[in-house]
Amino acid sequence: MLTGLAIIATATLGLTACSTGDKAPAASDAAGITVYNAQHESLTQEWVDAFTKETGIKVTVRNGSDTELSNQIIQEGKASPADVFLTENSPAMAQVENAGLFADIDAATIAQVPTDFRPSTNKWTGIAARSTVLVYDAKKISADQLPKSMLDLAKPEWKGKWAASPTGADFQAIVAALLELKGEEVTMQWLAGMKENFMAYKGNSTAMKAVNAGEVDAALIYHYYYGDQAKTGENSKNVTPYYFKNQDPGAFVSVSGGGVLESSKHSAEAQQFLKFVTGKSGQEVLKSGTSCEYPVGSDIAANEKLVPLKDLQAPSIDPAKLNSAKIVELMTKAGLL
Amino acid sequence: MGAQAPRPPWGISSLAILAILIASFSLIPLAYVIYMTATTGWETVIELVIRPRVGELLLNTILLVLLTVPLCLVLGVGGAWLVERTTLRGYRWWALGLAAPLAIHGFVNSYAWASAIPSLAGLSAGTLIATLSYFPLIYIPVAATLGRLDPAIEQLAASLGLGPWAVFFRVVLPQLRIPMAGGALLVSLHLLSEYGAFAMIRFDTFTTAIMVQFQSTFNGAAGNMLASVLVFLCMILLLAEAKARGNARYARVGFGAQGLATRLHLGRYEIPAQCSLLGLTLMAAGVPMYSVTRWLIAGGIEVWEPAKLIPALTQTMGYGLAGASLTCIVAFPMAFLAVRHPNWFSKLLELSNYITSSLPGIVVGLAFVTVSIRLVPGIYQSAYVLLAAYILLFLPRALVNLRSGLAQAPRELEEAARSLGRSPTIAFVKVTLRLTAPAAAGGAALVFLAIVNELTATLLLAPNGTRTLATAFWAKSSEIDYAGAAPYALLMILIAAPMTYLLFQQSKKAAGQ
Repeated sequence: MLTGLAIIATATLGLTACSTGDKAPAASDAAGITVYNAQHESLTQEWVDAFTKETGIKVTVRNGSDTELSNQIIQEGKASPADVFLTENSPAMAQVENAGLFADIDAATIAQVPTDFRPSTNKWTGIAARSTVLVYDAKKISADQLPKSMLDLAKPEWKGKWAASPTGADFQAIVAALLELKGEEVTMQWLAGMKENFMAYKGNSTAMKAVNAGEVDAALIYHYYYGDQAKTGENSKNVTPYYFKNQDPGAFVSVSGGGVLESSKHSAEAQQFLKFVTGKSGQEVLKSGTSCEYPVGSDIAANEKLVPLKDLQAPSIDPAKLNSAKIVELMTKAGLL
Repeated sequence: MGAQAPRPPWGISSLAILAILIASFSLIPLAYVIYMTATTGWETVIELVIRPRVGELLLNTILLVLLTVPLCLVLGVGGAWLVERTTLRGYRWWALGLAAPLAIHGFVNSYAWASAIPSLAGLSAGTLIATLSYFPLIYIPVAATLGRLDPAIEQLAASLGLGPWAVFFRVVLPQLRIPMAGGALLVSLHLLSEYGAFAMIRFDTFTTAIMVQFQSTFNGAAGNMLASVLVFLCMILLLAEAKARGNARYARVGFGAQGLATRLHLGRYEIPAQCSLLGLTLMAAGVPMYSVTRWLIAGGIEVWEPAKLIPALTQTMGYGLAGASLTCIVAFPMAFLAVRHPNWFSKLLELSNYITSSLPGIVVGLAFVTVSIRLVPGIYQSAYVLLAAYILLFLPRALVNLRSGLAQAPRELEEAARSLGRSPTIAFVKVTLRLTAPAAAGGAALVFLAIVNELTATLLLAPNGTRTLATAFWAKSSEIDYAGAAPYALLMILIAAPMTYLLFQQSKKAAGQ
């Protein structure tokens, strides 16, 4: 029996090695680059497919979430097999930048992205954006009851009425923006009010699902609403999106980042990839595809289903200043983590 | 017990050395947690461990174990008894139906229940979903053992005037101690490290909090502190299990062949029995299948992309089969020592293996990332590191099964084979290994199911470009594309189904039916 098992084990090991083997050594393969991807898998896959078609450069993708991958890159240090890192939010990019692991972005790429959507340091660039939104149950909250500012959600009248996912990189980016705009004292006060008032869910979509099911009146999330609408709609059919606008912290638009690792052995190809993503055809994918994220470069307009970016009246924030370590510290202090 | 232990075919010392090597290997993640804790400094440790949030989590986790394990025992033993020992109509179908929930990913279960009853939250919701996901871990080993029990003892008890209920409680149940204790231990270990099943409900345990900590801070002190508390909980569980397992002997040696177990007539209990089994399967498998079906209908034909599905399927199968076989091989020396030479030493070895599996996948994954990139960068992000992590995470699934299999393989038979002129090795292979084979197959199937559904360690350790069914399902569902995720969910269930079937075939073979 043991011999039998050993044979199966060796055989399947060989099989597994074969099926992954041609991709595993990509780091040392002159022709290909490795992308550590925290963006939606299908969006990055669309970019990768189009990029490979145009340039012939093979791309291997490793999927994970923002902070998982940023921390993995920091653990790996100079030995990192990653050439490019893509995220959903800025704090994870800032974290890798602060660890000194990013190379400068090519001038050609920088030229394609307006200053609002890239850090002042030019160690990475924005590749897409997503907006903060309060989704609510219109049967329970009338339009005149809606909060004027995100800060109102910490007031007693909102107790038990709203949901959020404090553990996700998305929400932490919103708090980072609040910290940058209003300072530590206001942020701590708001977090304390939030702890009193909000209901914690694991993930933005779970929070939206709860609003949809009538479990809670509202949820502070990103504009995922449109993503669900585009697919099954089963988690968003009863919710209405509300934008804070007026440069409110709650009108924060989070920049998804892309950067090239200093340790990359294929930095020319890696830079080419970022140039492609922020270029016309890369940004066009955001407009025409099902990702429902905002394009940020090359003057491409957003998907027609979305509220245009300029109408969102987002506050202006340098994405390089969004500090993830500080946010985790404050949120732990507030008892949210 | 008490008789002098016969010499095993190859020196016990070499087996022991092997077991020590495996045990020390399995301590890597624990060493990592201890090292991280030690370098944090006492002040921070106290600050992070002694706070209200940790108390909350501790209470949640302990109550979850205390509520879920007894419920799983009732469902698992009750179900196994109905299927194996009564004239229940369609018992062959029920036998498979009751194992089916194991094939369903915890996350799918969580999503399905959160959709069916949106107000589900807290401990009751956690207990409900966990019980429905995990009772088969007790049902399967108990059913296998029930089918193999020597009916002569029960017949004797009946002839001495005991009624059917008394026979069940006084004769049958005590003989199920090993599979019950083992299954309960497996359920508890899974409860300690489960994440997916609680993903869609408002309920936090140590593991969900650890996931959060590591997702925000990776190597953060707080996550490691929580993991240390988890290790402590695991030790308590192991002590409880060792007490429950006892030292009695369960192997049968007697004249003639073992008789076939008799099936009890259910009579007027037939309808209630059928109804409760139907209700249970509907809740455990029907509800999640309804969700998957709804997604499949919403997605239609275009979500079935063979170019993406087939590689994910073959990679999952490859890791599943390799991991399952390797885990059984690695578990064997440990199980053998535990059954044939039980002493403090073998208990200690076993202990070290269980501890790792109570740690969430993210802790094991991170330990392997950190250790492999520093010490063996050559195999970092290779299939070998991932398989090693699978072995550590799922060793108890194989160990618990092998142990109860070995406990039913009488050593006297091996001795008899040797006295008839077989060499010790041949006698060992032909008698003991052969009698243990069904248990090993059962263990391998359980490990396979776990690997198919594993997510966190796979994401952290797999070679670049790897896409298993579980990681693809995760990627799609985290973009709220449940329609696109549905084919992966269905394929996970479909490849798990034959494994569940295999479990039953093997236990029937063992019973000579």
